[in-house]
Amino acid sequence: MKPIRHLLAAIGLSFVLSPAHAGQVEVLHWWTSGGEAKAMGVLKEMMEEQGHTWKDFAVAGGGGEAAMTVLKTRAVSGNPPAAAQIKGHDIQEWAKLGFLTNLDDVAKEEKWDQVLPPIVSDIMKYEGHYVAVPVNVHRVNWLWVNPDVFKKVGVEVPHTWDEFFEVADKIKAAGIIPLAHGGQAWQDATVFEAVALAELGPKDYTAAFVNHDMDVLSGPKMVEALTKFHKIRDYIDPNAVGRDWNVATKMVINGDAAMQIMGDWAKGEFTAADKVAGKDYLCVPAPGTEDSFTFNIDSLAMFKLNNEANEKAQMDLARTILRPKFQTIFNKAKGSIPVRTDVDMASFDDCAKASMKAFKSTADTGGLVPSMAHGMATTSAIQGQIFDVITNFFNTKDADPEATAKQLASAVQSAL
Amino acid sequence: MAHSGVVSETASQPARGRLTQRLQQWLPKLALAPTAAMALVGIYGFMFWTGVLSFTGSTFLPSYEFVGFEQYAHLFSNARWATACANLAIFGLLFIFCCLVIGCFLAILLDQRIRNEGVIRTIYLYPLALSMIVTGTVWQWILNPSLGLEKLMHDWGWTSFKFDWLTNPDMVIYTIVIAAVWQASGFVMALFLAGLRGIDPAIINAARVDGASLPRIYLRIVLPAMRPVFFSSVMVLAHIAIKSFDLVMAMTSGGPGYASDLPAMFMYSFTFTRGQMGLGAASSIMMLAMLLALLVPYLYSELRGQRNG
Amino acid sequence: MASQIEKKLTPSRILIYATLLLACVAYLIPVFIMIITSFKTTGDIRSGNLISFPEVWSFEAWAKAWSTACTGVQCNGVSGFFWNSIKMAVPAVLISTALGAINGYVLSKWRFRGSDIFFSLLLFGCFLPFQVILLPMAATLGKMGLANTTTGLVIVHVVYGVAFTTLFFRNFYVGVPDALIKAARLDGAGFVTIFVRILLPMSVPIIMVCFIWQFTQIWNDFLFGVVFASGDSQPITVGLNNLVNTSTGVKEYNVDMAAAMIAALPTLVVYVLAGKYFIRGLTSGAVKG
Repeated sequence: MKPIRHLLAAIGLSFVLSPAHAGQVEVLHWWTSGGEAKAMGVLKEMMEEQGHTWKDFAVAGGGGEAAMTVLKTRAVSGNPPAAAQIKGHDIQEWAKLGFLTNLDDVAKEEKWDQVLPPIVSDIMKYEGHYVAVPVNVHRVNWLWVNPDVFKKVGVEVPHTWDEFFEVADKIKAAGIIPLAHGGQAWQDATVFEAVALAELGPKDYTAAFVNHDMDVLSGPKMVEALTKFHKIRDYIDPNAVGRDWNVATKMVINGDAAMQIMGDWAKGEFTAADKVAGKDYLCVPAPGTEDSFTFNIDSLAMFKLNNEANEKAQMDLARTILRPKFQTIFNKAKGSIPVRTDVDMASFDDCAKASMKAFKSTADTGGLVPSMAHGMATTSAIQGQIFDVITNFFNTKDADPEATAKQLASAVQSAL
Repeated sequence: MAHSGVVSETASQPARGRLTQRLQQWLPKLALAPTAAMALVGIYGFMFWTGVLSFTGSTFLPSYEFVGFEQYAHLFSNARWATACANLAIFGLLFIFCCLVIGCFLAILLDQRIRNEGVIRTIYLYPLALSMIVTGTVWQWILNPSLGLEKLMHDWGWTSFKFDWLTNPDMVIYTIVIAAVWQASGFVMALFLAGLRGIDPAIINAARVDGASLPRIYLRIVLPAMRPVFFSSVMVLAHIAIKSFDLVMAMTSGGPGYASDLPAMFMYSFTFTRGQMGLGAASSIMMLAMLLALLVPYLYSELRGQRNG
Repeated sequence: MASQIEKKLTPSRILIYATLLLACVAYLIPVFIMIITSFKTTGDIRSGNLISFPEVWSFEAWAKAWSTACTGVQCNGVSGFFWNSIKMAVPAVLISTALGAINGYVLSKWRFRGSDIFFSLLLFGCFLPFQVILLPMAATLGKMGLANTTTGLVIVHVVYGVAFTTLFFRNFYVGVPDALIKAARLDGAGFVTIFVRILLPMSVPIIMVCFIWQFTQIWNDFLFGVVFASGDSQPITVGLNNLVNTSTGVKEYNVDMAAAMIAALPTLVVYVLAGKYFIRGLTSGAVKG
């Protein structure tokens, strides 16, 4: 009798193990570089543990430009993925068009309102309802430093832009590329944003890039910021054109370059190369922005679906993303910090700890500002106009900062 | 169009049953119907749809709030659009010109009773079989200053050699011309060669007997006879020039900055990544207008040729 | 055109040969570079230069590109994309060629009032900037339930390829003497019989041209592939682009080049095997305008 009972038990178990609600989640994203892809793999595993199938819909290239193209045609054709990597203002746009589903039930169940800082949850809500799930918080205004190079040249890590240029001159004289950079519009904008934040300060930064104050956009401080930004040209190598950011990070890792200005996703590359924060590489706030925190929050927006099993899977996805377990694993792999402020940071590295500390403190001081370069500050139309002006300015040899500041204001005006 | 091919002339056949005859009359039109439907919807319907969108304030998905010519006004005041159009002019003209010169030159050389002509011809023509993405990937590498040609020359001891067009905003558009000419000039060669083979050798012989030199024969007799080939080539090349979107994408992504932007890239990025679909639609309508300026004369000559022949 | 066979190697003929050879080198070098790079190891690339031969010929990069290279999270190489392209290209080529043949036949031998206008309007499809139709097409495919399927891609390629095949066939059939058709009609042959018995048997060269042209166009297409296909129906060009843009810190140029070669091989093979029809077809087809 025993074997039969075992058999029956096994059959019973197999029913339990293949839950009736198993659905498929298709997730569109462009996390395709080493650290990012690994982090996404974690989510895939956790969904599969819950019995769902994961359909990866990764579209590489252009900081998500290609992915957005595909998403739009998919949405227009009435066949959107369950979740897509959409962030900042675009979430509101998609929700306004009625594409996004309501996540309030899951949010209530999981007490999202209690664990998320308001500045984060506001971005995720449309008319008071959750429509997207935040995945992580990136600090964009980091300067990544290879300490060996600095030691070899005999210079100190710069804290202001004037110091930066001094140090960079010496590094250049020693035959090392001072700043690793990739000549893509969003990377140009990332560097510009750091310079502008230092020159303008958080208040004027917000006035310019969030509220689009024309006087600030074309004002003397902006001209100064542009002048400094243009000077950085002299400290990058001529082959930067079109280079991916992670290839630039690799240059810092290998000591071919001394520094890089990049968000903390760069850390994933250091980690993947078995480098230790504080020892093999340093993360310091970008020059002149110690008391500010430019945030970039990645999020997955959830689309309306018409299959019940898949909807269930979608809700499980939303739930899983904000669970502390996933937040910890994912953010350690990605280099960012958890969006939940209650996650235990003990197992994170020094950079993440510093980032979390700055995140909490700048929220009180007003130094917490949205990143323009990463779609947090303004609509994609205005962001695009700013990108065009900035990248053209940066790539033109003898560009005029004053004229460019005026051009910046009128470009923003035209997309308002 | 008074005559209509062979159909009308054969209409007075012995009676073969009215139904069959009527079917015979309708069959040709019926056979065209699927294509007609596809063209009507797929080309003209969709074009009209996009035209409508260009007059709306569509942001990142279609909406139908009409704003008149506002998008066109924005388009013409956009510095990037100006760059894209200037680039298309440079790229298109240089690309077509270089392809014609190289293609024609090689075709004439190949026409001189060359040993292994087939092999050489195959070599000239094969790049056309490659995807622009492949071409872009490989040329990007060859022209990359730190890895490609420049490094090679440095390795060979020519240390002052400098070729940084790919990273130089003023020159980058010419690198795209280089890659595109590499890919398409063989095709033009094939077209010209086919044309040259179609010329009656007796004419040339007669000219030779009269004592005309070979270059003179080509300039005065052969090349003028190549007029149709010339037009076909220009049309095919113009088509490739417009499609070169993939090539730019793979080689420079429009960079540095937007120095190598083309209207096709502009339209793509504004429609799909910038959330300015109205503006993107307006730019694509402008591209259509440019095309029409080229096409109308071509189609006119096409039709006229038919009437004569 | 030089009708006398010249056997002497005069200086001018040496110059001609030299020029032709030089051009051969120019055309061959990029693919030569692609091939040798794809057989190099990563170390080899760094130590050698653009045109140096690999120290050891290694198939590693090819194997990696085919089955284990990462595009996004999935590390299955480009093999899946490759089969997608086959599934897409073969039906699309056959259907568009068949339609083109019928259209060309009607437009050259059964002209009716307005058929020339129709042809001109269709020709416009050859030059349509495809950006113009992307969104309406996506919406339409979605309503038909064909979004992100290989079938949808086949339809798109047929719709925008048929203008070319029609052009090829029409120009080819215009060259067939009308007297031939007239004679057949007198013998009692109808629309279908004339096409199948008389025109089709002489169409081999132009069918080959269409096959080569359409296969090359469809296989190499990027725009439609990236917009109208997703995940498991994406064609090889999209796969290649994703692979090249998925940089995991170090650019693995050998894998990129191997993947590029894999993407290029089918069209190259078709071209080398059937290339002779290309010239022959061009003579009778495209050139006659």
